Amino acid sequence: MATNILMPALSPTMEEGKLAKWLVKEGDTVKSGTILAEIETDKATMEFEAVDEGKIGKILVAEGTEGVKVNAPIAILLDEGEKADAVPAAAAAPKADIPAAMKDIAAAVKAEAAPATAAAPAAKASATRVFASPLAKRIAAAKGIDIGALAGTGPRGRIVKSDVENAKPGAAKPAAGAAPAVVGGGIPGVALLPDARLLYPAGSYEEIPHDNMRKAIAKRLTSAKTLIPHYYLTVDCNLNALMAVREKMNAAAPKGKDKIPAYKLSVNDFIMKASAMALMKHPDVNASWTDTAILKHKDADVGVAVALDFGLITPIIFKAQTKGLVEISNEVKELAGLAKAKKLKPSQYEGGGFSVSNLGMYGIKNFTSIINPPQSCIIAVGAGEERPVVVNGKIEIATVMTVTMSADHRVVDGGTGAKFLATLKQFLEEPASMLL
Amino acid sequence: MADTYDVIVVGGGPGGYVCAIRCAQLGLKTAVVERDRMGGICLNWGCIPTKALLRSSEIWHLLHRLGEYGMSADNFKFDIEKIVARSRGVSKQLSDGVGFLMKKHKIAVIPGEAKLAGKGKLTVTKDGNTNELAAKNIVLATGARVRTLPGLEPDGKLVWTYREAMVPTMFPKSLLVVGSGAIGIEFASFYKTLGADVTVVEVLDRVMPVEDEEISAMAAKAFTKQGMKLKLGTTVTELKRGNDNVTCTLKAKDGKTEQVTVDRVILAMGIVGNVENIGLEAAGIKVDRTHIVAGKYGETGVDGVWAIGDLVGGPWLAHKAMHEGVIVAEKIAGVKGVHPLNTANVAGCTYCWPQVASVGLTEAKAKETGRKIKVGKFPFIGNGKAIALGEADGLIKTVFDAQTGELLGAHMIGTEVTELIQGYVIAKTGELTDQELAHTIFPHPTLSEMMHEAVIAADGAALHI
Repeated sequence: MATNILMPALSPTMEEGKLAKWLVKEGDTVKSGTILAEIETDKATMEFEAVDEGKIGKILVAEGTEGVKVNAPIAILLDEGEKADAVPAAAAAPKADIPAAMKDIAAAVKAEAAPATAAAPAAKASATRVFASPLAKRIAAAKGIDIGALAGTGPRGRIVKSDVENAKPGAAKPAAGAAPAVVGGGIPGVALLPDARLLYPAGSYEEIPHDNMRKAIAKRLTSAKTLIPHYYLTVDCNLNALMAVREKMNAAAPKGKDKIPAYKLSVNDFIMKASAMALMKHPDVNASWTDTAILKHKDADVGVAVALDFGLITPIIFKAQTKGLVEISNEVKELAGLAKAKKLKPSQYEGGGFSVSNLGMYGIKNFTSIINPPQSCIIAVGAGEERPVVVNGKIEIATVMTVTMSADHRVVDGGTGAKFLATLKQFLEEPASMLL
Repeated sequence: MADTYDVIVVGGGPGGYVCAIRCAQLGLKTAVVERDRMGGICLNWGCIPTKALLRSSEIWHLLHRLGEYGMSADNFKFDIEKIVARSRGVSKQLSDGVGFLMKKHKIAVIPGEAKLAGKGKLTVTKDGNTNELAAKNIVLATGARVRTLPGLEPDGKLVWTYREAMVPTMFPKSLLVVGSGAIGIEFASFYKTLGADVTVVEVLDRVMPVEDEEISAMAAKAFTKQGMKLKLGTTVTELKRGNDNVTCTLKAKDGKTEQVTVDRVILAMGIVGNVENIGLEAAGIKVDRTHIVAGKYGETGVDGVWAIGDLVGGPWLAHKAMHEGVIVAEKIAGVKGVHPLNTANVAGCTYCWPQVASVGLTEAKAKETGRKIKVGKFPFIGNGKAIALGEADGLIKTVFDAQTGELLGAHMIGTEVTELIQGYVIAKTGELTDQELAHTIFPHPTLSEMMHEAVIAADGAALHI
């Protein structure tokens, strides 16, 4: 019976390739191991060997053809005595040649990718069955571990007791020893990235299983960066006046019995306050996108990114427009403390209208942030440093800080964003103008 | 030039021959070196022939109970030589069967004694001739033998090991068995059932000391009722061999001594690994108290040399050795996802009368782990099939983690419990909890229903008691 010779997958991630050269012609007899063609992928050119014996009936894809999909018929193989025009019975439905395991992975990746593309608020995902022992399930339930997020080490990747016992509450780890998967993607036309483990020899790295925070960061930021049309605006702010005010205010802080001042304002506290005030002046920026409407927030709820040893979280100063610098300063310290102790409640970091991310303390001059949905804008704040500035035609030295705002173009158009940023710059350069 | 193999297994016992079959299945060129008969102790001098003997004694026991079943017969007798002959026949059949399996899998069986001879090399000596073989991997599976103590050496005539006890040419009227582990108690049971006056000496304070204490106590009661004399917390200090009897000096824990004169003595004080003369020291393989120190996949620390079975460590069971053989074969062949053996899931079976079987932690050991446990028990007297069989003595006992429902251990005594225990082994291996077991429908009427009852009994929900 005539059979189709299918475009081979020469690597686990190959989806299509170029049929570079035929090494057999119609009428040639081939046997298992005969090199049929050279196939070119994006990485290499490889020889494609025959698996079955027979005669090449018809070449379906001419050499030099690019973009031949894996498993597309490329030639017809005839049995002894068959005519050249014999049509393979299964020609209409070429059988997939991908190993079953790879197909399973593809399905799993699709299921995994679903919530990421659904964006926030994430849809409840993964209808795929979790294979876990009853004991593992019970221990996981008791410990509050999401068993679906674990990778099993039991037979066929089944999750067993030891997998759950080794997992920290809320922890997840990648499939150890399982066939490497592909990650990302799920959007039509977007290529899946190969699992990094495919590319490094086993043992050359240490695997750090994802905890929940890492998973959340990966999921949210991938969604945000791929689904939100970001654009960026940058301004330099002269902080001379702010620094002077801050010094005076800190010097004036009442001291308690222990001689510790009641507050110590940071530049970031001023940025939080200035952001809140600028948001009140430009409510179009203090907004969230939904499919049917833009939500304009009434209060200036300003998030502040807190770097942790184990990740990152953005707690929120709610109604920051109503709060004074000292109140903001103390609240930021309290929230940062809670974040480091993993004690933040969702109500303390969910929502918000705007975020501040400050890497100035690390000497970063300028950078761009990824928008923190459902918010529409985030400012990336660099270090306040002495730089030469031109004032009235003369070069002077001033403490200058670069601020770059990332904005969601669906909500905030360029002009709106620019006006907001100009106000923010004014408030930072002339802190007293916030009182106006 | 030396013959070259992918794998040479040293020892054709249950661990070795199973390892060889698995290697061959995985496409490896495999040989087994065996100094005696294929099948090792298990098939030739252990598990199998003793089961044949015990079957004879079981039938003998039933013959004495014919009246219970509404039958009568008289003038029945046994011929020890014929019983032994049947047992040998069973062994031969199975050993030949292993030989056939070797042929079927194209595994070379090389007779002789093997010794490691440098990296990837092995010498095999047979009748004074020594040949060299080469293999990428060598699996040591030389097994174990009876432990002897000074003054308690076997002589093959009056003082037996399992080997002589299995092929008696006369039936001893009286017998002293030293050691109440599986081997000792099986022989004690066999000889007792056939009418010998049997005394069992155990150094610890209970029979079958690895079993759950409650099971141990029930076994002791059953043995005593049969007329077996149990000397617990007792050691044998001297064996004075006469012409056709042995006078044994027993010393109890309290220091009291007594003398017992018996026809024969059977030594069953445990085993020691066969670590000698296989070149371990020269190869740099670590040995601890007569057993090779091996990794969880049978690695010896020397590249290309693996070890399995009794040679490695306990429990000293053929099925544990077989599974290790499979693990090592798959490791050698590079099979992915090979799991190490979990001894907590290896069941032990003793084919005395009544039978004893268990898996996992005893109640006491489970308590020692500090977790909250719950225990379920169900007696044979509550089971219809047991009563119909006329075997209403016995108990099934389960030990669960009270919080997670994990089955920590299961312990049984009574008719056919050695065939039942696998149900709990599957439950443990598959990590089923008390809930899945409670929801499992066991067929009626079977002895296995007691396994269900013993599970729900842990929650006070047993139905038939």
